[in-house]
Amino acid sequence: MKKDSILMRIVRNQCFIPLIALLLLVVFNLVADPGFFKITLADNSAGNPVLSGFLVTILDSGSELAILAIGMTLVTAASGGQDISVGAAVAIAGSVLLRVLCGSNSRPETLQAPIIVAFLVSCLVAMLFGAFNGVLVAYFNIQPMIATLILYTAGRSIAAWVNNNELPVISEPSFKYFGEFIPGIPIPTPFFIAVACMIIIALVLRFTNLRLYTEAVGINQSSARLNGLNPAMIKVLSFVILGVCVAVVGLIKVSRISTINYSVIAKDIEMDAILAVALGGNALSGGKFNMAASVIGAYVIQFLTTTLYKFHVQSDALPAYKAVVVIVLVVVSAPKVREWFSGLTRRSMKKEVA
Amino acid sequence: MTPRRILSFEEVDWNVKENVVLEMRNIYKSFPGVRALQGVDFTLRKGEIHALMGENGAGKSTLIKVLTGVYGKDEGEIHLDGCQGAAVIHSPQDAQNLGISTVYQEITLCPNLSVAENMFIGRTKGMGQSWKKVNADTDKILKSLDIPAKPTQQLESCSIAVQQMIAIARAVDMECKVLILDEPTSSLDEQEVEKLFGLMRNLREKGVGIIFVTHFLDQVYEVCDRITVMRDGQLVGEYAIKDLPRVQLVSKMLGKELDDMSDIKDEQQEYVKEAGVPPVLEAEGLVSDAGIKPFDFHIDKGEVNGFTGLLGSGRSECVRAIFGADRVTGGTVKMKGKPVKINKPLDAMKNGVAYLPEDRKMDGIVGDLSVRDNIILAQQVLRGFFRPFSKAEANKIADEYIKLLSIKTASADTPIKSLSGGNQQKVILARWLFTHPDYLILDEPTRGIDVGTKVDIQKLVLKLASEGMSVTFISSELDEMLRTCSRLVVMRDRQMVGELTQEDLNQNKVMSTIAGGDEQS
Repeated sequence: MKKDSILMRIVRNQCFIPLIALLLLVVFNLVADPGFFKITLADNSAGNPVLSGFLVTILDSGSELAILAIGMTLVTAASGGQDISVGAAVAIAGSVLLRVLCGSNSRPETLQAPIIVAFLVSCLVAMLFGAFNGVLVAYFNIQPMIATLILYTAGRSIAAWVNNNELPVISEPSFKYFGEFIPGIPIPTPFFIAVACMIIIALVLRFTNLRLYTEAVGINQSSARLNGLNPAMIKVLSFVILGVCVAVVGLIKVSRISTINYSVIAKDIEMDAILAVALGGNALSGGKFNMAASVIGAYVIQFLTTTLYKFHVQSDALPAYKAVVVIVLVVVSAPKVREWFSGLTRRSMKKEVA
Repeated sequence: MTPRRILSFEEVDWNVKENVVLEMRNIYKSFPGVRALQGVDFTLRKGEIHALMGENGAGKSTLIKVLTGVYGKDEGEIHLDGCQGAAVIHSPQDAQNLGISTVYQEITLCPNLSVAENMFIGRTKGMGQSWKKVNADTDKILKSLDIPAKPTQQLESCSIAVQQMIAIARAVDMECKVLILDEPTSSLDEQEVEKLFGLMRNLREKGVGIIFVTHFLDQVYEVCDRITVMRDGQLVGEYAIKDLPRVQLVSKMLGKELDDMSDIKDEQQEYVKEAGVPPVLEAEGLVSDAGIKPFDFHIDKGEVNGFTGLLGSGRSECVRAIFGADRVTGGTVKMKGKPVKINKPLDAMKNGVAYLPEDRKMDGIVGDLSVRDNIILAQQVLRGFFRPFSKAEANKIADEYIKLLSIKTASADTPIKSLSGGNQQKVILARWLFTHPDYLILDEPTRGIDVGTKVDIQKLVLKLASEGMSVTFISSELDEMLRTCSRLVVMRDRQMVGELTQEDLNQNKVMSTIAGGDEQS
């Protein structure tokens, strides 16, 4: 048998589709308005020189999405379904974080607890809610979308209840570092946090059997069980990992505004996270996954959102444009189209031989 | 392109081929990296049962799928009786409209609908529907084909065989000229197979051309009129059944003269138990929630034994209980004299037990994963979450086992689902051998795989045993069991009813024990 050509290998790579999508967006913006790519260095309100521009916005906001895409990829792979409660869970995690920082007073002069402690507490809470979703899915065999619908509905109310429906405000300036800029560093902090998450997940995938176990469970649960795995545990684990991602995003989100808006925070972010997984070419029915492709997918989604904002598309109208992307995506990855495409390449190869 | 000249449709002298209902000519089909069909011809006549034979990977399934429109063909022509010119088949729907119906191994009907509803589903014209008439029509069809089912009965409540027959009845009633039966007998017991054959003969009388795909040689010789043999994607030949004795058929399928089958008998040595060594595994009163009666069982070091009995007699349930695959509800297990608790597969694996499950597709392979990952999976679970093999180690292991068991795969990276059945089974076998078990349970390792691989696996079992591994071997084919096992445990109605050794190990004795002849006398 002959080896595939380099071109075919690139085309088959899972990162190919999101990268092509990225390229299309870049070309579109270059043609429409090259000013899109302008980056300026200016002082922000705190008096630090920071980078600003559309690309920086993408790097900034896309990082939240990338972090969630990591967890969502694992949940998708293990359970063959998606968690639609991440937005609500981010609200809960953010609310818990603020509650610990503020104590009983909603507008404290000083922080009532170190930020790290508050983060760990919110992390624990988010993991518990993840485990709740996971148990519903794994032990009660409820469809992931249905199971997470519960928290999707209740999450924002729970978040408000955590702070007695008050809106705590943090006046401590160092709390803003996580969502904005660390003095002296002109690149937004969320990007560094996302990179840290990526490195951690890469190390975990490299030095543990997380990938093999998750994929085996996602592809053939019965066979995985007969190979000694506990499929339910693996699924719960994936939801718990997503919980950690949720807590990290919760920290970034509340840090950005030093307060919280229960009904708006991380609204509809779950759809973007799921879309990122799909754009990365990962089967939404579970099984094999490609983490890098999901992360690239997340930034591509943000690229699209930012592009649309730049062209003054109303935020209400955004979903309609994203729907177009979904349609293209679904069509491109449909078996019919793939078959047609591979037929096309085969014919062209035959011609070369002749 | 290939210079081979193909006769156009008009050039064929139809007087000679009056009885032909289907003709496939010079069919080519390739998948990435595999040339599945290379110029295959196939002819089906009116009122004949035509066996399509070949090893796994010979291209039978691909040919059937091209015919039924599941795959498109790269080249070639399909002609059907009553159609002008080449038939255009782009989808299963097209095939159905042209009178080609398929009944698969797995029943594809709706179990929660009634028999009549299943017969007519998707075929009613308009919204109005007289169920009375449908039921009456169904009854007529069922009666004419001697199918023991009532139109109003829920499909679920029929036996698998009857469900299969209803699927066939549905296909036939759609005025099919060509009926394809793809491994219809693999989940049926003997009487059910007989009934199915009755139905097939009945249909033959009515002039339907039947393509019968099976692995069971006996069945081919019992019911078929003609055989087409394929090998490696090519046509070997078409033969009338009387012109092709069994040995010839097997050698044609394998492409070589076969005396391996007789060889293997000599390899089995009389098993002699070592004195004073406790059994590798000893179970007392073991029972699981799968509905078997408590049973006692033991196996010694280096012994090969087997569970035999009819389908559904509880053979698999016994070994599943030993492995902890079903929930164990009672009994004690000792391994090498020490009591152990086996509640889940991982417990068994930690104690050196390996289990190759009966249903390869459902319980064995992890389809999308590579051959490499499938091989290392069980050992990787044993090693634990934090000790993965490096990529280089995994590749080395995979290559070693691919060579050892001569697994035919493009590379270790190939997804296991794209391998043929026999090679998939070898991969699963490699997975368990790599855990270096003391006790290996093989549940139907040779089902649905080609003759060559069957012999390979039997030989391997005997070799492993001679190296000190204990093996339990389960197979539906009795002669295979008699060749390999030195002790047979006989099951009937989910209960252990006997144990046969030495001179009792012959076909007659086993059959009479299964049938329960001893108790009557």
